[in-house]
Formats: sequence, C-alpha cells, structure tokens
Amino acid sequence: MSALTRTTETFTTQDFSPRLSQRRRAGRIWAVVLQAATVVAMLALIALLVNIIDGAFGYAAVEYTVPPETLSSVPLEDLSQDQLITILREHLSTGLLRRYEAEKPLSERSAEDLYGLVVERVVAPKVVAQWSLLDSVFKREEVLRTAAEQYPDAELRMVSWLTTRFLTAPQSGDPMRAGVRTAILGSLWTVAIALLTAFPIGVGAAIYLEEYARDNAVNRVIQVNINNLAGVPSIIYGMLGLAVFVRMLGRFTSGVAFGLAEPSAANGRTILSAGLTLGLLVLPVIIINAQEAIRAVPGSLREASLGLGATRWQTVWHHVLPSALPGILTGTILAISRVMGETAPLVVIGASTFITVDPSGPFSQFTTLPIQIYQWTSRPQDVFRNLAAAASLVLLGMLLSLNAVAILLRNRYRGK
Amino acid sequence: MGAIKSWVSRARGIAVPTVMMNERRDSALHRRPRVRESLIEAFLLLCGVLSILTTLGIVYELGHESLRFFTSEQWEATNKELAADVDAATQTILVTNTGSELHPGDNLRVGSEELMVLTVVGDTVTVERGVQGTAPSAHVSGASLERSERVTLGEFLGTTEWNPQIGKFGIWALVNATLMTSLIALLVALPVGLAVAIYLSEYATPRARQVLKPVLEVLAGVPTVVYGYFALTLMTPLLRWIFGADTVKIYNTASAGLVIGILIIPLVSSMSEDALTAVPRSLREAAYALGATKLETAVKVVLPAALSGIAAAFILAASRAIGETMIVAIAAGAGAAFTFNPFEPAETMTGHIVRISGGDLSYDSMDYNSLFAIGLVLFLMTLGLNIISQRIVRRFREAYE
Repeated sequence: MSALTRTTETFTTQDFSPRLSQRRRAGRIWAVVLQAATVVAMLALIALLVNIIDGAFGYAAVEYTVPPETLSSVPLEDLSQDQLITILREHLSTGLLRRYEAEKPLSERSAEDLYGLVVERVVAPKVVAQWSLLDSVFKREEVLRTAAEQYPDAELRMVSWLTTRFLTAPQSGDPMRAGVRTAILGSLWTVAIALLTAFPIGVGAAIYLEEYARDNAVNRVIQVNINNLAGVPSIIYGMLGLAVFVRMLGRFTSGVAFGLAEPSAANGRTILSAGLTLGLLVLPVIIINAQEAIRAVPGSLREASLGLGATRWQTVWHHVLPSALPGILTGTILAISRVMGETAPLVVIGASTFITVDPSGPFSQFTTLPIQIYQWTSRPQDVFRNLAAAASLVLLGMLLSLNAVAILLRNRYRGK
Repeated sequence: MGAIKSWVSRARGIAVPTVMMNERRDSALHRRPRVRESLIEAFLLLCGVLSILTTLGIVYELGHESLRFFTSEQWEATNKELAADVDAATQTILVTNTGSELHPGDNLRVGSEELMVLTVVGDTVTVERGVQGTAPSAHVSGASLERSERVTLGEFLGTTEWNPQIGKFGIWALVNATLMTSLIALLVALPVGLAVAIYLSEYATPRARQVLKPVLEVLAGVPTVVYGYFALTLMTPLLRWIFGADTVKIYNTASAGLVIGILIIPLVSSMSEDALTAVPRSLREAAYALGATKLETAVKVVLPAALSGIAAAFILAASRAIGETMIVAIAAGAGAAFTFNPFEPAETMTGHIVRISGGDLSYDSMDYNSLFAIGLVLFLMTLGLNIISQRIVRRFREAYE
C-alpha cells in the first residue's frame, strides 16, 4: 500500500534539485579522483626515468695517484709517443716495465695505447665520491663545499657514466673502466638463439591451432595449456632450463658432445642453454600473438584460394601467411623486447656475472645486460649504482628502438 | 565415361591406366592421401604438442626434484660420541653428554652402520642395530654419532623457520614474505589500475587515450630489473625519509611491494579497460536515459556488468605479483625471515631461488632440491590463480556474445 502511495506522489523540480546538485558534485569529485589516479601512473613512469637519468650523470670526486697536471703542462692526450714513454719510464717500476716490454715493446705501441697505459698505471684515477644529477644541479654549492672539505685532494668534475667508452669497454672491477660490451653481445646472442628456436615453432603451432585444428579434446588441451604457460613466472622457466638444458643435456649445451669444449672445464651454463630457455619462455607469447594475427586474416581469402583448388597448405603458405606476416612480426618484436629484459631465468641458469671476454659462440659463458644491471645494483659500493643506471639507459634505449620498429611496422601495415 | 576419366586424370595431374580407372572409378573421386600435406600437418601439430611437453617438463622436473628433497637423507652431526667401545651385538650403548639430545625414533649413523634409537635414559641409549640394510659392527669409544635429518611434508608446510644451514625448511617464512609483497602490490595496483581503466574507457577523450595508452605500454615494457633499481634507489630512500631511517630498513618488503604495484598497474588497467569497453553501449544509453550521471552510469551500471572481466584482471595481477622476482631480489632483502613488519627485510620464494641459484650450487644437495620444492609451491599457486582467472573470463565472454 505504501509503495503505491509513493508512486502516485508528485514531485516538483524543487524536490529533485538539491539531490541533483549533490549527485553532480559527487560526479565531478570522482572525475578528478579518476584523473588523478591516471596522473599517478604517469608520474610513476616519469619518476622511474628521472631516477635512472639522475643516477647516470652527476658530479664525481676523482682522486689521482699522480695528478696529470704534474706530468706535463699540455693535456696528456696531446703528448707524443716519446713523451708518453718517458713518463712511463719515470713512474713505473722496472718489473712492470719489463712485463709491458715483453708483451709488446713500448716503442712499437701507438700513442693511444701508451696514453691508456699512462692513465691506468700512472695517473690511476679513482672515484672517491659521486653525486646524482639532481643534487649536482640544484645543490651545487653544497656539493662543492662537501667535496672541498672531505676530499681536498680530489678533482671534482661532471661525469656522464654513459659514454661511448662505456658501450665499447668490457666488464671490469674498476668503475672508471667498466663497460657493457660483453653484456650487450651476450644479450644479442641469447636473444638470437631464443628467436631462432621460438619463432618457427611458435608460428607453426599458431598455424596448426588456427588453420588445422578441429575442435576436439586434444586441441582444446593444447590451447588451454598455451594460455597457462604464458602465465607461468619466468623464474620457473629458469628452473626448467637449469634441470634440462644445463644438467640433463649438459653434454650438448656445453659443446663437449661436438668436441668443441674441454670436458673437464666445460659446463652447461652457456649461451645455448640460456637461449633455449628464453626460447621456451617466449614461445607461448609468440604463439598467442601469431594466432591473433592469423585470425585477423579475412576468411574470404582462404575460401577463394580453396575454391580455386589449392590445398590447405598452399592456401596457408601463399595467402594466409603473407597477409598475417606484419602482425606476426610486430608480435614477435614485442616478444623479443620482453626476452631482452628477462633476468631471473638467466640468473637461475647461472649466467656468469664477471666476464671480460666477448662471447665467441653458443658454447661460451656469458653475461647479459639485465644481469649486469642486477649485479651492479646489488654491489655495496654506491659508485656501481651509477653504472647500473647507465646500463639501464642502454637497455631502455635498445628496447625503445625495438618498440619503435614494431610501431612503424604496424602503421605501415595499417596503411595498406 | 571417357570424359570423366580424362577430367580425373587431369585433376590428379598424372596419367591413369584405363583398366585401373574402371576398377577404382568411385574411389578415385574420393579424398586421396597427400603425403606432403600430411607431413606438414604432422609437423605443425608437433609444434603445438611441444608446448604440452614444456608443461610436462616443468611438472616433471619440479615434482621429481621435490620428491628427492622430501626423501633424501642429510646427516647432521649431533656432537655426541660413543663413551665406551661397542661390539656388533650390543643393544645398549653409552654416549657422551655433549651435543644435542637424542629422541626415540632418531636414525643414527656410526661409521657405516645405521642405528635406530628405541629408548633414551640419561646417557644410556637402547638401539636397534644395523637398520636400513646396514650390518652391525664393532665401534670404538670416541666414534662420533650423526643423526639423519629428513624433511617431512608436514615440517615443510607447517613451520615458519627457513634456515637450510641448520636443516630448517619451513616454507612459511618465504610464503609469508611473498604474500606481504604481493598484498602491498595489489593494494597499490588494484585501485589505481581500476581507476585508470574507468577513466580511459568512460571519461578520457580519444586524444587523451591516444597519448595515455602507449605511455602505459611503455610502463609495462620496462624490464623488472630496472624497477628493482628504482625500488632500491628511490622508493626505499623515500620510505626512509617519510617514516624515519630507524623504522625502515635498507632492504624491506614495503618498498619492493610498492614498486611491484607500479609494475602491474598497466596489466590491471589494460585488462579492466578491455572488460569495460566490451560492455554494450545500450546499457550506458539506457542509464543516461533514466537520468543517471556519468559517474553513476560508470560505477553502478558499466562496472557491475564488467565485474567478471575485472575480477579476472585482479587475479592475474595477483599471480604476476607472486611470481615477480627481480624487484624482490634487489629490494626486499637476503635471508629468510618470518615477520609481518613491512619495513623489515624478508626473502620471498622467488628472491630465495634467485639468490641461492646465483651462487655456487652443487647438484643434488639439499639446497638444490629445496629450490625445486619452493618452485613447485610457486608454480601451483600461480597456476591455480591463472586457471581461476581464465574460467572467469570464459564465463564473462558467454554473457555478451
């Protein structure tokens, strides 16, 4: 009865208006809140980037065993070979000199080589303190004062930890000379192997599931299984790689079975094991991406081809694949960029972290860029954090360029 | 007849003998086996089956090594010695009163012989000689006693101390840390991610969406090791500055959890946004026609309609947070600890696996096998969450198609 009376009640605009304005206010407030959440997400990305750039540049207080200005009045780079040799003879012990002479006589060395020796052995710069970029810019006075008080002998200079030397120098225990060349090469090797194994298999599986598979129990299990594999934490793949590729197939992944490595020294912790593990890791991602690309090919194309008497494989090979290829490639590039940043499975497999020689083939030991970052970040000395920041910039640069290629490819494909 | 024959032979591309043609006239028009096509199909099927082999490989290796973990014996020194000479037949032996206590049921080892403790009265121990297939033999006074340590499933799943050096394998120390970092991560990622999704699908102009979505993609594409660096060099100092350096340790679960939260915001927002945009326009229009405001439409009509998709996103996010490794390995601390204080260091399951396997690890040691037992727990947890998430998505899809 009461319900009936309520529905027959009459309302005037006055009855509604106070609540209406309330509702509208709530709407406005929440719109701001939602927008703020989005801004927070953006800020997180900005903070991340600023934090890395902040670490990659800044003031560093450098102490020299022998200050360069006491060696010569002109910059050391401009000295001639003879002058550099004189400096070396003056400052190095006879034993050390004899060792260098035995390696290669000093008189036959280039000026560049000699300059390197002088810097390394005579000048021997050592970073005693370093500041972040923001501190260096906004608290410049304070930095200058602290440096003058605590490190009176040190020279304070603005340092970019990311230099061409950093890109081309191998790993080293000395932060002034350490670089990421071995790590970059290791990354490229592992990614290449992962791609060579996962791409054909992944695309093959995607073709099977989209073009051949009938809707039966086996195929449903395969599909569900692939979806589940995509959600398995990467570290689990590392454990699989450790048990299967490193241990069980150690004879093959170390190269011993092919007579390419010394059986006593070799182990399965090689580029090949890492590449195969990453290949397994990225396989479900490639399959799912390729499936989407193949599904996007219009059915009329297939029907036309089959109608003209082509076999199923001819249809796939000549018609479906070419038109799905840009999509497949875009997905694959995104998958590569995921693989390139993977760290955990490689640590589990046992990538060596201190490698100063370039990897020479699939059976060599290796380190990769993310592992290098992990290693430098977990070192107790702060100066290695700056190296980690610089290496992060290199890694992000590589990933961004990969993504740019993917976007370009996608746009070109869309244009057609 | 001849016309059919020539048509068939042309279609097959080969000359067909007339006699044979007449005999097999019917079957010639049927589907013939094509070897090349079948081979290709078999190869493609093999590619698909390989993914199943991967799963089987994971399950087999994790299960196999875990089984060894629970069945393998480890000999631990009791620091007790025989106090008197023992010949092969003696059932009662005298031990020194040093070292750890013996209990009935303990499995002991002296030299190559194994003994089982029956009763303990002071330093006098009654034992069963030559158990586990070993032969009783004489031992001289001063021979040291070792006790067999075997990790039981009950101990593994029921205790909270993880310290492999002294034979303590209680996984709750690690699971607790994992749950803490994941919970903190979800507390950040779920509200922010959902808010971003609602904003993008209901409020943002197409132009804003065009800018914001790629930015979120970039956020999702940053390698986790870089996030680890971010946690250690920005989030931790920030927390220490806010709460005080005495309360917040250099390595702590709060910092790792917060950064994992940032990492999974894009996952939550993009999956939830997909669910929200899949809600038919008609529902929104009906709500507007009834006089609902934009907020009311979004929260009371669109959100409930997309709830199952959003729930799936949340569960998947939880699975990602549990499996996340590098951030916790860098920022959460090394060394298992059972603590509920987010500002204390603690080691998660993934963090422990990375730290132990990163060092020199000998195969078939207790350490090595224990990693696989942890891996199995981790795998089952994430697999369970993934399956639930997929179930929900499938039901959700049926609702609007």
